[in-house]
Amino acid sequence: MDIKAYIDSGILEQYVAGSLSEQENKEIYTLMQEHPEILQEVLEIEAAVIELSSAISPGENTQLLQRIKDQLRFDKDDTKVVKMSQSQTNWFAYTGWAAALIVVAGLLWTINQKQQLETQVSDMDIENLYLEQQIEQAKTDLAVKENLLNILRDKDIISIPLGGQGNFESSYAKVYWNKTDNTIYLDAQGLPQAPSGKVWQVWSLTLNPLTPTSLGTIDNFNDDDNKIFTIANNNESQAFGITLEPTGGSDSPTMEQLYTLGVVSQP
Amino acid sequence: MSLDTLVTQFQNKDEKAFEKLYTMYSNSMHGVIYNIVRDHDIAEEVMQDVFIKAWHRADSYNSSKGRFFTWLLNIARNAAIDKTRSKAFKNSGKNLNAEFFVDILESSENLNDKIDAIGITKYVKALGEKCKKIIEFLYFKGYTQKEAAEELNIPIGTIKTRNRNCIKDLRAMVLE
Repeated sequence: MDIKAYIDSGILEQYVAGSLSEQENKEIYTLMQEHPEILQEVLEIEAAVIELSSAISPGENTQLLQRIKDQLRFDKDDTKVVKMSQSQTNWFAYTGWAAALIVVAGLLWTINQKQQLETQVSDMDIENLYLEQQIEQAKTDLAVKENLLNILRDKDIISIPLGGQGNFESSYAKVYWNKTDNTIYLDAQGLPQAPSGKVWQVWSLTLNPLTPTSLGTIDNFNDDDNKIFTIANNNESQAFGITLEPTGGSDSPTMEQLYTLGVVSQP
Repeated sequence: MSLDTLVTQFQNKDEKAFEKLYTMYSNSMHGVIYNIVRDHDIAEEVMQDVFIKAWHRADSYNSSKGRFFTWLLNIARNAAIDKTRSKAFKNSGKNLNAEFFVDILESSENLNDKIDAIGITKYVKALGEKCKKIIEFLYFKGYTQKEAAEELNIPIGTIKTRNRNCIKDLRAMVLE
């Protein structure tokens, strides 16, 4: 191999710059072991680059090395430890460390258990609260329904079925009328939801001649769950009808929108 | 003590070996870093990071892969360049684009007695313009041959010999 030509190729300068492949680096490393001229050349190139780069440094802080050492925690374990004889040291040290480790592990386990239990307890508390709320809700519902049942069972009450009319054959409703306290209970389960801009209006009718009297609109119809509405009625009604009217209600019923109608059977 | 032995001790976490290597290369690394970041405080910060990194990553060095100096140079260049890419650095408004190491040597504020002990300024000034750039790119910025060739607008094949001649000139100046 022509050493001089190899050196003159400029590859060693690249080597010091660090711009060669790993393979090339390995080759040069091997060549340096075999040919002192190559090693010498590399050392001189490196020295020149170090000189130049050092010259660029505007002077570094002399405290820097100490700061680096502090950060790497040098000098921290310089304190000389007087050692006991080897076997004794080991015996005591191992037993001590083992005991300490067991205690620490036990503690950690206990803490972990405690935390788990605490979490469980708080989970249970939340669940309890939730269940209590459900029970409360159920009680309220039950009270409402019992109240309704009592009303419907009242001996003074009469029931009037309202049948679907015309195009609205599938609709139906029921009126429970307590004449003693002038109240009707309208069960409107069989009516569809009122479309937006419309509202259900309830009418009391006398038949000869046909005279409708508005009992009012059911504004909360769509939001109501059981669809039973309590309405005051002090008319001598002979029939009841329900029509779909524009929001706010109408003065007289729109007959094309009469959904259900029912006549009070005469005693 | 040979460099190899020193490096092996350093890899075995020998603090004295670390200090010796620091003394050998810190000035040079500081020059490389300062050339890139152009700020005293930032250069110090990067220096600190570089040597701490070197200590922790000592195992990754292997003499068959290259010179210890080159390994360290790589860490320093990368750390400094990373720094210049950081948001805080960019916000500081430094413009590093057109500056070369030569500018540092030529700007008067840096011309203290220490630097010019061997009269390097005079010699570096004597280096050809192409040489200043090629040395800057290959050694101080860590460009590949291809990148340097593109930057200098010369064929990649001539980079090696051009660089060889430049380093030859430099050696003649600083080592005689």
